[in-house]
Amino acid sequence: MKRLRLIIEREFIAKVRNKSFIVMTFLSPLLMIGMGALVFFLMKKNDEKVKKIVYVDESGMFSKEVFSDSKTVKYQDFTALGIEDSKKKVEEGDYYGALYIPKQDSLEILAKSIEFFSKDSPSMSIMEGLEDKIDKVLRHEKLTSFGIDIAHIEESKIASEIKMLNFSGEKSSKLINGLKIGVGAIAGYLLMMFVMIYGTSVMRSVIEEKTSRIIEVIVSSVKPFQLMLGKIIGNASAGLLQFFIWGVLFLVFSFIASSFFGVDMMDMQSAKVSPEQMEAIQQTATEKGEMIVQEIFRLPLVKMFFLFIFYFLGGYMLYSSLFAAVGAAVDNETDTQQFMMPIMLPLILAVYVGFATVINDPHGPVSVIFSYIPFTSPIVMLMRIPFGVAWWEIAISMLLLILTFMVIVWIAAKIYRVGILMYGKKPTYKDLWKWIRYSG
Amino acid sequence: MSNLLEINNVVKRYGDYTALNNVSMHIPKGSVFGLLGPNGAGKTSLIRIINQITMPDAGEIILDGEKLAPHHIEHIGYLPEERGLYKSMKVGEQALYLAQLKGLSKSEAKKRLKYWFDKFDIGAWWNKKIEELSKGMAQKVQFIVTVLHQPKLLIFDEPFSGFDPINAQLIAKEILQLRDEGATIIFSTHRMESVEEMCDYIALINKSNKILDGKLEDIKKEFRTHTFQVGLATSNSKEVEDKLKQNFEVLPADFKLLNNGLKLNVKLTNGNSANDLLSYLTTQGEVQHFVELVPSANDIFIQAVNKNS
Repeated sequence: MKRLRLIIEREFIAKVRNKSFIVMTFLSPLLMIGMGALVFFLMKKNDEKVKKIVYVDESGMFSKEVFSDSKTVKYQDFTALGIEDSKKKVEEGDYYGALYIPKQDSLEILAKSIEFFSKDSPSMSIMEGLEDKIDKVLRHEKLTSFGIDIAHIEESKIASEIKMLNFSGEKSSKLINGLKIGVGAIAGYLLMMFVMIYGTSVMRSVIEEKTSRIIEVIVSSVKPFQLMLGKIIGNASAGLLQFFIWGVLFLVFSFIASSFFGVDMMDMQSAKVSPEQMEAIQQTATEKGEMIVQEIFRLPLVKMFFLFIFYFLGGYMLYSSLFAAVGAAVDNETDTQQFMMPIMLPLILAVYVGFATVINDPHGPVSVIFSYIPFTSPIVMLMRIPFGVAWWEIAISMLLLILTFMVIVWIAAKIYRVGILMYGKKPTYKDLWKWIRYSG
Repeated sequence: MSNLLEINNVVKRYGDYTALNNVSMHIPKGSVFGLLGPNGAGKTSLIRIINQITMPDAGEIILDGEKLAPHHIEHIGYLPEERGLYKSMKVGEQALYLAQLKGLSKSEAKKRLKYWFDKFDIGAWWNKKIEELSKGMAQKVQFIVTVLHQPKLLIFDEPFSGFDPINAQLIAKEILQLRDEGATIIFSTHRMESVEEMCDYIALINKSNKILDGKLEDIKKEFRTHTFQVGLATSNSKEVEDKLKQNFEVLPADFKLLNNGLKLNVKLTNGNSANDLLSYLTTQGEVQHFVELVPSANDIFIQAVNKNS
């Protein structure tokens, strides 16, 4: 145990002292914030540019009200000019494009014969906006032709909202569902990032010991398994420290941001919505605010916390022992590719499955199966947990993870202890199989 | 003299390949034991088994009367042929780490490191990284790390590689001093002149089998050919040579002498003794050179391996 502690300590210090670790810890949050700000800035700039669109309405069905200017798009009526001249003008002038609505006998034909001319291919959102406007006008025309009063249609619009309760009478809302998705997704994504960053870090550390040839000295003092375990734990500790620092930095930044730019942040959000909508949002927000707080406390927080730790460590240990085995099998990092693939695949699959199925249906068969399979369960189960998972499902999943972990560590340790002393030829999968069967 | 290490019928297989086939040898306490053999003979496999890096498939190893067990690593120091230290770690920290892995306390390790660093006059390197040192300098650090925990058994695999002659001499002196202080040393090398210089005992492994072992002196006696180099200042060389051929086996010689004269290798035959040869020679002229051709470790190595193949 004393030796294991020494190894963990050394691995931790070696990792933390590394320049790239220090740079990554303090620079990457800045980079993230900088990139976010840049994207936001560019988006705003993009929106600020007003697009001028002209329309030629030969059908006479579209009034000025239909093409009312918005913040980003201005419309001009060129009907008097005719489409050919309009097109010329648009091409020469500073216009985004020209919409041509010809005169047709029936609405159906008209709907298919409207054209839009532009220099570059127009943005999807602009086209959808135009189609919406046209649809609305044409639908009104059609309804009127059926003799239906438009006012009735407007009045008949009803939005239902189903209250969701479970059998113990606890209410939940769509909002809290979103929150659950968010928590699960962040946890799953964090785990994947952690495994990728620190799993490969374990691998690199193994390769370093091989190439510097210190490995033979070390294994004459400690068991290879101890060394592998020490490496995995040491790197994980460094990783947790990094995550902790990021967490602190995030809190500090958001505190600074909210105290200095608090008002600005509100503006940013309101830029997209009209004042009436804003008011409505704020009203529902205060109504729902209390509910959210209640809901958060009704989430199985303690259970979530412990399961998060279990799956986080379980997933990391499972994968990093495989990474250690890969590191031991090869002589340098360029040879790792073929062995990395099968490790990365289930990891990425888990995230995809998580985002694709758990969010839609957290208790559907696909979600359930993947939360049992040990290579995907840490991520998928983490995503499912906020939605409440039956204890026996968790038990099966945990048991499978523990069993697989033990088998995989045993296999990885076998490959590791043979691999670290093998130099030269890049091993094949057949070689690895042979190593696993070596005794002692 | 009792044995520090007894290797009894050790077998090691890697899949279908047998690396060690029923190898036994006894290594006496306080000796320098040369473990010799061509490349790929199985030396490294044996050394790794003694270091408990790998386990034998059969056979047992007794260290100082006890069956080899994990706690024995504190009594073994190993300098592998392929040297290595953490490149980006500082010399002092690294030495402390490795010493602690061998079971020394931090304070004790510090004290002993200071002694050795002073002895080798390398105290200034303490805070340097290994990558800043030359190969020879790193080797010195590695040597210190190997012997620091004062192991009963020291295993040196090619200890002189990477050293210039002066530092090689320094290390050889240290190794012999460690022996005099009671350590037992297993010494694996291909440099036969250092075998002559250092080893009390040798064992020769070839193709996974031990083909020879014992006291170097005894082995030399066993391999002696009773051949003498003879240098004689005489006026009638031809006559002397013919006469010698009647009683002895005369072989051509290519050794160098200061004076020109008759130079021959003479092998004793027909129960003749060295004295018979010498007394005849003295009657024929001035004997300038008379030396028994003792087989060198190199000769023994080559002969034994060729015979075995």
